[in-house]
Amino acid sequence: MPGVLIAGELAGGRPAGVTAQLITAAGRAFPGHAVSVAFCGDSLVDVGPFLKTLPLSRVWLLQHPALADGGSGGYEAPAEAFAALAEHATPDVMLFARTDFGANVGPRLGFRLGASIAQDCTSVTAGVQGGTPTVTRPVYGGSALAEFEMGGTGLKVIIIRPGAYSPAALEGGSPEVVSFDVTAVVRESRVKLISTVKEAQAGVRLEDAKIVISGGRGLGGPEPFKQLAELAGLLGGAVGASRAACDAGWIDHSHQVGLTGKTVSPRLYVAVGISGASQHMAGCSGSGTIVVVNRDREANIFKEARFGVVGDWQKVLPAFAATVRDLGKAAG
Amino acid sequence: MRIAICARQVLDPEVPPSQFKVDEAARRVVPPPGAAPVVNGFDLNAVEAGLRIRDAAGGQGVEVNVFSAGSGFVMDVMKKPLSMGADRLVLVDDPALASADATATARVLAGAVKLDGTYDLILCGRQASDWDQALVPIGVAEFLGLPCVTLARLITVKDGKARIERTLPGLVQTVEVPLPVVITVSNELGEPRYPTLRGIMAAGRKQPVMVKLADLGIDAADLVPKMTLTRLSVPEKRRTVEIIQGQDDADSGRLLARRLREEKLI
Repeated sequence: MPGVLIAGELAGGRPAGVTAQLITAAGRAFPGHAVSVAFCGDSLVDVGPFLKTLPLSRVWLLQHPALADGGSGGYEAPAEAFAALAEHATPDVMLFARTDFGANVGPRLGFRLGASIAQDCTSVTAGVQGGTPTVTRPVYGGSALAEFEMGGTGLKVIIIRPGAYSPAALEGGSPEVVSFDVTAVVRESRVKLISTVKEAQAGVRLEDAKIVISGGRGLGGPEPFKQLAELAGLLGGAVGASRAACDAGWIDHSHQVGLTGKTVSPRLYVAVGISGASQHMAGCSGSGTIVVVNRDREANIFKEARFGVVGDWQKVLPAFAATVRDLGKAAG
Repeated sequence: MRIAICARQVLDPEVPPSQFKVDEAARRVVPPPGAAPVVNGFDLNAVEAGLRIRDAAGGQGVEVNVFSAGSGFVMDVMKKPLSMGADRLVLVDDPALASADATATARVLAGAVKLDGTYDLILCGRQASDWDQALVPIGVAEFLGLPCVTLARLITVKDGKARIERTLPGLVQTVEVPLPVVITVSNELGEPRYPTLRGIMAAGRKQPVMVKLADLGIDAADLVPKMTLTRLSVPEKRRTVEIIQGQDDADSGRLLARRLREEKLI
């Protein structure tokens, strides 16, 4: 069945938000094409009645003990299972979300099948003739945008950045639900999952915080992050940091905001002593309002900010915090 | 034990964004005049990972060799891993690799590693700071028939197995895998060591091993990218910043707080 095959992911027994986003992407980029989804897991028999109403033409179920938790860790089993399905169903396009699952399984399968692989795309269009897909992806740490035409006749694997599309409603259809037998292709994984430990986090989760106070190289050491934490506490926010500050050991990497750290989109992002390298901005440019405190008026981050103070954070911040306290009292 | 590191020469990502220029007609990034390229930062984290494994073994019986596939190598730049303490540098230098895609680069790197003998660990940076694809290491693993474990922040090797701590958003996952394996390294592993004077001297005396595509049985014509870059642009930043200026820095801080309150942001 040619068309579009979505590599689905489950979260808590329901299609994950990213999978709903892929359904939107498929509908917009490839209207009129058959879109199917495949889920993998240990046992999907009782996964839920929602499968029968997904707005798609077909739902594939791939079941194997090695596919428990989506094959998390080395992702060998899902790559084998999805590659076998791709060879059987011969889709023109496979869509993955750039989650840990998609970022591992999509490329592995793509290389195995000799596909064109487009990683971390923020948009997909089907091109003028509705044929060759064109993808857009941020490159150079987000400093530039690249557009690629995925030529050729072979399989195209497109891995989409989570959040690039809004989620589709997960009902209104009546797809065929088909089990695809992968017992012959899935081997025992060489990579064994030993443990998964959640990061201990005091206070508000960085990703969920409405206000983030971030520090960078300009802070000069670990000590100032205590002031940032106090201020964050005062505002009910969380503390972030640039990669430079984390790599210097001033604060734990769990606070790293950026391309390779966390992506945050708070209402208010206060950047202190951060120059605003593209790879940092990639993690915070979705913030409602960016406020900058920096000595260097030429720092890149001023270009993305709405409010800025050009000055020494050591003098600006205590006065800022004191005023926040006073305003709080006045309001209270 | 033998450890291969895959490294890539890239435009220095620390170039200030104001100097980041794109030639839209040629669809390529124009490096600022006089800017030297660097070894991709995450690849240096991978070098560090390899050297730590050698250190943990008492510096004995562990070989750390660096592989790169590209074009227009700057030798002083590519020798940095050697000056940090790596043993050998193997370069596949061919004009066809300048615009190679991940499939071609991975094929060439896998071929070069294979040609150089048996390896227990192949360490790569998690992604390159130019195209940010995070594809090549997975391709190297696929073409060598090895498992790939991504985003390592800690690697320990014992009894023919690697135990790897993976750094994921909000969690740390520990996996174990028999060698050989391809592992991608993230910056959480720790900063690459500074080259010592002795290391720099030693690196200066070492000559890279030059490998040709023909040595790998690869024809340059087979390295044509599967996708065509049709547009490269710098996204516009439209925001205009309102600079809050008080009588002194403390005053600016006070005014900023009041302004944010006016806007109901705090």
